[in-house]
Amino acid sequence: MIEVQGVSKRFGATQVLTDINAVFHKGKVNMIIGKSGSGKSVLAKCIVGLHVPDEGRVLYDGRSFHELDKEQKRQVRQEIGMLFQSSALFDSLNVMENVMFPLKMFATMSESEMRDRAALCLKRVNIVDKDHLFPSELSGGMQKRVGIARAIAMTPKYLFVDEPNSGLDPQTSIVIDDLIKELTEEYGTTTIVITHDMNSVMETGENIVFIHQGRKWWQGDKDQLLDSENKELNDFIFASGLMRQVRKAIKGR
Amino acid sequence: MGILFHIGRYFLLLGETFSKPERLSLYWQRTIEEVDQLGVRSLGIVALLSVFMGAVITIQTKTNIDSPLIQAWVVGFAARQSTILEFSPTIISLILAGKVGSNIAAEIGSMRVKEQIDALDIMGVNSAGYLILPKVVASVVINPFLVIISMFLSIFGGWAAGVGTGIVSGADYIQGIQMSFDPYHVTYALIKTVVFAVVITTVSAYQGYYTQGGTREVGISSTKAVVYSDVVILILNYMLTQLLLI
Repeated sequence: MIEVQGVSKRFGATQVLTDINAVFHKGKVNMIIGKSGSGKSVLAKCIVGLHVPDEGRVLYDGRSFHELDKEQKRQVRQEIGMLFQSSALFDSLNVMENVMFPLKMFATMSESEMRDRAALCLKRVNIVDKDHLFPSELSGGMQKRVGIARAIAMTPKYLFVDEPNSGLDPQTSIVIDDLIKELTEEYGTTTIVITHDMNSVMETGENIVFIHQGRKWWQGDKDQLLDSENKELNDFIFASGLMRQVRKAIKGR
Repeated sequence: MGILFHIGRYFLLLGETFSKPERLSLYWQRTIEEVDQLGVRSLGIVALLSVFMGAVITIQTKTNIDSPLIQAWVVGFAARQSTILEFSPTIISLILAGKVGSNIAAEIGSMRVKEQIDALDIMGVNSAGYLILPKVVASVVINPFLVIISMFLSIFGGWAAGVGTGIVSGADYIQGIQMSFDPYHVTYALIKTVVFAVVITTVSAYQGYYTQGGTREVGISSTKAVVYSDVVILILNYMLTQLLLI
């Protein structure tokens, strides 16, 4: 479980986050949603430790991350897997080497055991016979899947996914969403997905935090989401014609 | 942001860079790769420059001291001294700042804008150490070899040009390069080379590591890496010369 307690962050004169409190549950796909520029990516970076909050704290199963010493932080980080919006695969390493990278850095396994583990992770995300290819030779969807394989290589307790569907076609997006949900159940991870893709929210979101103008505006599950009376949340959710039709259909039932 | 901010952040980055590596074998492997990338692949340009610079030094020296009062071997002597004291350690380092420095800043800058450095940090890897330390070690190890090769080739280039054009005889040139040789001058040149190697790699890595934005900013970082490395090399060249030769 990850708890965010009173987190605020400012860059220069701009207050980006104000007093955010949220709980992200173990074994669930938790989502942080909001418009572009709402502060959700900054919140995610505060949670994973890439930004230090000006106020408040982030607890990883009770461990206040920003108060830990360097070595303790490193240990928590080894329990984190993250899929970046750009996949962030290392250009100079091939698919197998990318997935083996965290294992080589931290695991106490033999080379062959690392290779087996990486092959298993790649198989789990349906990447077969692509070990020797470099990231630039892969499609966007495949890069995401390799990114997921790398994120789960160390069997993480916490899985962060930043805009998993950005740049992907609808079919591939569904494949990625399903994969994230399956892996969350399989590994029992505390998964946090940062997205503004409502299709993804409706497919996989179990605990949803809506960020607006740097504040937590709403938190609930996807069933509560459609019934919410919150104006800003409704403006965000029903911005597309498709979602307005979904609402109409549900209310007409 | 002020210069003091950058100097402070540069030294903090150095602190991170030289902290204990997570897995020594991986760092070692990367260091070997960097020796090839930063050193061996620079051999061609270093050799080419050295031969021609040696040739030019010899011809210019001869044309400027063409007097019956000055003995013929002085051409070889001047070529050797110019090469060992200044041309090979300093000019080659400035050239390497252009070639290697821009390469380092562009590589690390691209990794920053493509979130690959964030990925390393989140995994718990010391990204500064993993990316920068092997480059520093590789340059410190390989650059002195490049400079020694440059010294030989430059003196050879001077001989070839001098003898080839007939401005100095082979015997006079050889006598000149052997005249009053002080091995300390080579030590001085190698000390400068090592210091410049650290400057080139760390200043360029600093520019790349803190790149923000996109490809345009990577290009800007790359340019800044070369300019600042050159400026720091020139300042340190003066300071080291005063410190070590006077």
